Amino acid sequence: MADDLRAAVAAGVAGSEGAHRELLQSVVEVARAIFAARAASIFLFDEATDELVFEAVAGHGETSLVGNRFPSSRGIAGWVLVTRQPIAIEDPATDKRFASEVAASTGYTPGKLLACPLLHGERSVGVIEVLDPPASRRVTAADLDMLGLFANQAAIALDLIMRNRRAAAAVGGEATAVASLAAVVDGLDGPQRDAADRMVAALAELLDQS
Amino acid sequence: MSDTGHDEELPAWSLPTSGAAHAVRPAWWSERIDREWAWGASTGEGVAVAVVDSGVDGEHPAVGGIQRAVAVDDDAESIIDDEEGDVCGHGTACAGIIRALAPGCDLYSARVLGPGYTGSGGALLDGLEWAIESGARVVNLSLSTTKSEFVGRLHELADRAYFQRTVLIASAHNMPVNSYPWRFASVISVGSHDGDGEREFYVNADPPVEFFARGVDVEVAWPGEGVIRATGNSFAAPHIAGMCALILAKHPELTPFELKSVLAQIASTGGNDG
Repeated sequence: MADDLRAAVAAGVAGSEGAHRELLQSVVEVARAIFAARAASIFLFDEATDELVFEAVAGHGETSLVGNRFPSSRGIAGWVLVTRQPIAIEDPATDKRFASEVAASTGYTPGKLLACPLLHGERSVGVIEVLDPPASRRVTAADLDMLGLFANQAAIALDLIMRNRRAAAAVGGEATAVASLAAVVDGLDGPQRDAADRMVAALAELLDQS
Repeated sequence: MSDTGHDEELPAWSLPTSGAAHAVRPAWWSERIDREWAWGASTGEGVAVAVVDSGVDGEHPAVGGIQRAVAVDDDAESIIDDEEGDVCGHGTACAGIIRALAPGCDLYSARVLGPGYTGSGGALLDGLEWAIESGARVVNLSLSTTKSEFVGRLHELADRAYFQRTVLIASAHNMPVNSYPWRFASVISVGSHDGDGEREFYVNADPPVEFFARGVDVEVAWPGEGVIRATGNSFAAPHIAGMCALILAKHPELTPFELKSVLAQIASTGGNDG
């Protein structure tokens, strides 16, 4: 029974990380488009290391920043994480120390930055940032309200990712690997699915004999 | 019996329930409450204002010095003198706004945010308690907690402040989450409007947010003697805190209830009253 449950959880875990990442990526891409911004980012708060981790980036830094970490107390992202208050700032480069801290959470020093905490239940699970909307456009209170809506979506997605990772850690790496293979096979159809089924059956027969 | 008709031997909670003597306004209450009455010529002189936040850079020109700065020692759960100043800039930004409105007030800082804090909300409670027990008349809270385990004690502190004439000014959340203390009736909760007058503020007819003050595109102090333009309810709350200091310097007898009533009476009615 325990093995069945473990296998079921593993099967549920496999593949869902990718789906949740797609959801996060979708949120930052829509946020970036709505604000006509140069970039948008989502950070996960890693409580174990007290760091913020780039989980999704759209626009500038999209290919290089995901996975980067910095101390959770730094810069604007750190502000909104601890105060739990959305905020927007302009021209942070006026202060060199602050500019370097902002750059840690953006990959460069933007001229304008909006940030909102990702609140799920009682926890502050991360931060969403939108960088450099058009310079000619004044940031309004309604902009922060709008960002709050995206933050709500992102917080739900981040919570799912964290649950997923905890489940993956609980069921163990080997079961997850098998479940990953099952998920891939399950996603195929037509001749590819038939071929995959034959291959899995042959593999099972081979392993059973050894 | 006193001239209020109340037996001095009785504790305060046993006031008689009959007698029109209690249904009179305090002697100081004006028939005409306007901005001139409320804060005309006031600089907030002598009013103790505490900023419970990330610390305050007292050397910043926009802050102009602080009376005392403390920090919560998260491990020992004790209050210590703060040697580090502002660890991220948020508290300095709030303090600068208060100083601009009430140049004569006495500023205090309780650092409860930043590196070394768990972010659990426990430090917030300890810092707030210090501010209340130290006798601050105004406490600015441009922050909130979402932890339900702290709500009870936070509520108790807010009520304690209310009944000892300390007014708590808390920035409201414009997100669909349960956060505190801004939702408590015993605090003054503040959201942002888009205007640019530093004394421009509005009453909200649909609480829990009670007032809207300037919070968009505000020039705020920044560590390192700089300034920056920022937007958020974090910067609206200290505008109300500064105005409360102005009023309390002129009318130190006001209770938080009366102070809130005065604010409602003199709130902007359209246009820029800045």
